[in-house]
Amino acid sequence: MRVAGKGCVDRSKPVSFTFDGRRVQGFAGDTVASALLANDIKLVARSFKYHRPRGVMGAGSEEANALVTVGRGAHQEPNVRATMQEIYDGLEVRSQNRWPSLDVDLLAVNDLAAPFLGAGFYYKTFMWPKAFWERVYEPVIRRSAGLGSLSREHNADLYEKAFAFCDVLVIGAGPAGLMAALTAARAGADVLLADEDSTLGGRLNGECEDIDGIAAAEWAADMVAELASLPNVRLMPRTTVTGAYDHGTYGALERISHHLSDASGRPLECFWRIVAKRTILCAGAIERPIAFRNNDRPGIMSAAAVRTYVNRYGVAPGRAVTVFTNNDDGHRTARDLKACGVHVTAVLDSRNDGPSGQGYPVIYGAEVCDAGGRKALESVTYRTVSGEEKLGTDCLAVSGGWNPAVHLTCHMNGRPEWRDDIQSFGPVEGMVPGLTTAGACNGTFSTLGALQEGADKANDAVQALGFKSIDAEVPAAEDAPYNMAPLWAVAGRGRAWLDFQNDVTVKDVKQAAKENFRSVEHMKRYTTQGMAPDQGKTSSMGALAVLADATGRGIPETGTTTFRPPFVPVSIAALGAGAQGIGFAPERLTTSHEASVTNGAPMIEAGLWYRPSYYPKADETKWRQSCDREVQMVRNAVGVCDVSTLGKIDIQGPDAAVLLDFVYTNTFSTLKVGKVRYGLMLREDGTVMDDGTTARLGEDHFVMTTTTAAAGPVMRHLEYVHQCLRPELDVSMVSVTEQWAQFAVAGPESREMLAGIVGEEIDTETFPFMGCGEITVGGVRGRLFRISFSGEHAYEIAVPARYGKSLYQALVQRAEALGGGAYGMEALNVLRIEKGFITHSEIHGRTTAFDIGLERMVSAKKDCIGKTMSERPGLYGDEREQLVGLKPVGPVKQLTAGAHLFEVDAEPVRENEQGYTTSVGFSPTFESFLGLAFLRNGRARHGEQVMMVDHLRGVTTRCEVCDPVFFDSDGGRMRG
Amino acid sequence: MRLTCPHCGERDLREFYYQGDAVALNRPDPDATDVEWDDYVHNRDNPAGETRDLWYHEGGCGAWIVVTRNTVTHDVLCTELASDLKEASA
Repeated sequence: MRVAGKGCVDRSKPVSFTFDGRRVQGFAGDTVASALLANDIKLVARSFKYHRPRGVMGAGSEEANALVTVGRGAHQEPNVRATMQEIYDGLEVRSQNRWPSLDVDLLAVNDLAAPFLGAGFYYKTFMWPKAFWERVYEPVIRRSAGLGSLSREHNADLYEKAFAFCDVLVIGAGPAGLMAALTAARAGADVLLADEDSTLGGRLNGECEDIDGIAAAEWAADMVAELASLPNVRLMPRTTVTGAYDHGTYGALERISHHLSDASGRPLECFWRIVAKRTILCAGAIERPIAFRNNDRPGIMSAAAVRTYVNRYGVAPGRAVTVFTNNDDGHRTARDLKACGVHVTAVLDSRNDGPSGQGYPVIYGAEVCDAGGRKALESVTYRTVSGEEKLGTDCLAVSGGWNPAVHLTCHMNGRPEWRDDIQSFGPVEGMVPGLTTAGACNGTFSTLGALQEGADKANDAVQALGFKSIDAEVPAAEDAPYNMAPLWAVAGRGRAWLDFQNDVTVKDVKQAAKENFRSVEHMKRYTTQGMAPDQGKTSSMGALAVLADATGRGIPETGTTTFRPPFVPVSIAALGAGAQGIGFAPERLTTSHEASVTNGAPMIEAGLWYRPSYYPKADETKWRQSCDREVQMVRNAVGVCDVSTLGKIDIQGPDAAVLLDFVYTNTFSTLKVGKVRYGLMLREDGTVMDDGTTARLGEDHFVMTTTTAAAGPVMRHLEYVHQCLRPELDVSMVSVTEQWAQFAVAGPESREMLAGIVGEEIDTETFPFMGCGEITVGGVRGRLFRISFSGEHAYEIAVPARYGKSLYQALVQRAEALGGGAYGMEALNVLRIEKGFITHSEIHGRTTAFDIGLERMVSAKKDCIGKTMSERPGLYGDEREQLVGLKPVGPVKQLTAGAHLFEVDAEPVRENEQGYTTSVGFSPTFESFLGLAFLRNGRARHGEQVMMVDHLRGVTTRCEVCDPVFFDSDGGRMRG
Repeated sequence: MRLTCPHCGERDLREFYYQGDAVALNRPDPDATDVEWDDYVHNRDNPAGETRDLWYHEGGCGAWIVVTRNTVTHDVLCTELASDLKEASA
């Protein structure tokens, strides 16, 4: 019901939305919750387990009942708190966890089955027959218990993430926060003020009181206007700070366009990472309920929320409101309602002494022991020394006192401290370094106290940062003492709710204690109290008070459960903003990428790079046809392949050779200028790290190549070796992978082909095998290396990356004129298998130089990384699995990678395993599958036969063991 | 988590690569005992308290940094260039 003349909603701007298809009218400034209450819609949800009818309970992010689904289709968003969702024209809101409708929910039968669904029921019931749990019981329970559901469509909404830095972060814009922000800002600090509400002001917007002689909400608005005018203040409304992390880092969720019918391209949410030098937490406090029988009826609300609805939204949540309180705050609710003409049935004060009524009856020493009415509250029964009485009422405002919102102070493993004066847990200074608390979250509940503390804490913070503190004038404000006598649960029969969101009752907690789940952490997990999306904001304190009572301990001894981020639910989409689809991982494209794609090459990922698999011709329908052709093309004419993705590290300095001698197993200081050498790199534990060629371009200048996959790790390793082990070496290095485009030109026609492209003469004198040097290509200075990864007479030609595209075109054109062309990764792989060259399939992190037959490359004359450890027993010898070649010799001709090797007559089980295949391919050169494998004592077993068994693909192939170099074993073609 | 790179200043954790214990700086001689090499390559303490480890400012200047920090309080007590420390100890 709307109350005339109250609230800050804009009554000149009506807004209409739908709730379960029904049109509901509200005003600009309303939330879904306030608009529903204004229209007397009390039933808004069904509870998680028992499908009990539920209504709006609170007015903020702590709301435990009124979870709704907003939007439709791909934009559908479940479990939105109706108290946080601002309304706009066309907003579509639906209730959830009910069938067929909110009003007639057949699953409410669960409420009748409650005796079987108590704490830990799934551990005890539905046990028989055993197989039924997984197939019947669990699916049924899961379907009937629950919250809203996902659309199961791709999330089409936009999300963003961002970083912010500030001197002082103020969390919460109530009296303490506003005062803190203004004080810090006036002192000159860079201030960021975040609040989860759409309108800053906190409780000042929900209370009827004066500050500095004007209405509190008006004073707050003036403060906000002043803050907004300051250049060193950033205001972040609709932003919940969700977590406190190391070294002044905070996570925060900004809801950017949830309240707009047309986002106009703006993201829905933004997840902020805020880095603050100092933080003042002014998160306020959360009013606690009191547990009594049927205290979950729609219409039973937080007393402070009732004040908020009346004062801020101009909505009376009932026509005859009763207040149940254990402190003076409940009386404020009665006073505010009365002042705007709403009938107050009575204030039921559990204390025997309390303020006297101002035009409404107050019953002292009264405890509510039952509530009547199923889909809406109709009556409450209260008990006094003189017996029980029933009162007709449609709204019960309950205040059980306040719990400081200490959550963020505990995110770094801190525990709050029990405070007798407020009968609650308060924050401990220093639990989050750099963070201090002010106002209600520090247990200072009066407005004046909050203002004063906000100013003081801000002055402390700015002083610590080197600013001069200011003389903050704290305005006159309400300063009533907090009179409260604890009351957690009213004794009596029936179910009394503690955790509304997860349907946990007083009985459940007592049951847990009885079954010896006495630790608060055990009780939580056994009953699921505090494990719903609200994380027990309104229930944890009550639950542990009940547990303390049931176990005969005090509340401080019982302790709290652990507070963990996030403070409110954060969508995965916001956390992972930008990381969908093309943004999931960076893409690295070579200069030939466009040409490869144009020519129909399927691109495969190699690390972050994209490389062509093969180049299909018009008549080729299977990849093998293209691959076979490309292999033959390289063997018989010439092929061109982009090898720019290999890591390239430019190493310069007088000690460059010394560094290389230390990181490579073999010697590079003896390498002549203009020559290239193959090098092997070990990890310090003696296994092979990477391999590649390094060219000496000058006395003090080398260019190292690494494998594509290891480019980053090798760069890091070289820097590590230099900075951490040999800083005395005068050497510098830089990755130039991106700066050079490099192409392999391989095949008997390769020299002929390059002759038309390279300006200089290329012959055995100028570019012998493993020679290198500078060249000119179309007037551009480039480099030519005579190296081969195919076993053919081959070169790699490099130019600055900006010329890569045109050089590639020229190379392919020229190759095609000579009967060759471009080749892809599949052909490259077959060529190197034929030649027995290794890749990371072979040097996969468990193999040693001995295993791959390169132990002679570990120089005996010098130390190198990994040398000592590679000489450990067990890392060499007959027992090791050694690199061999495999050729099929039986009726089955197929080889598969990852298959296991067994002796011919052995049973193919793990105990008999002799080795495994690492790389296989069909060789058109030999018209047979060829494989590289590791076989126990393999080098001594050339000529033997073994069985290759692939249990996964069901392939068993008899193979002959041979030398891994199948093709041109004396290297004549490569050197010639 | 924030680390202060001696070259670049205070930066977010995600700019750094974590290597492990700073014992990696103290590489034994090639002819040191097996036990020394075993300790160097494999054996690590897991202290609740102060620890020194190596970080690489991979998303920044490329400096290897020795970070002294407390694993209990998460305080970062000191950050130094590995090369400075190594040269000072030489």
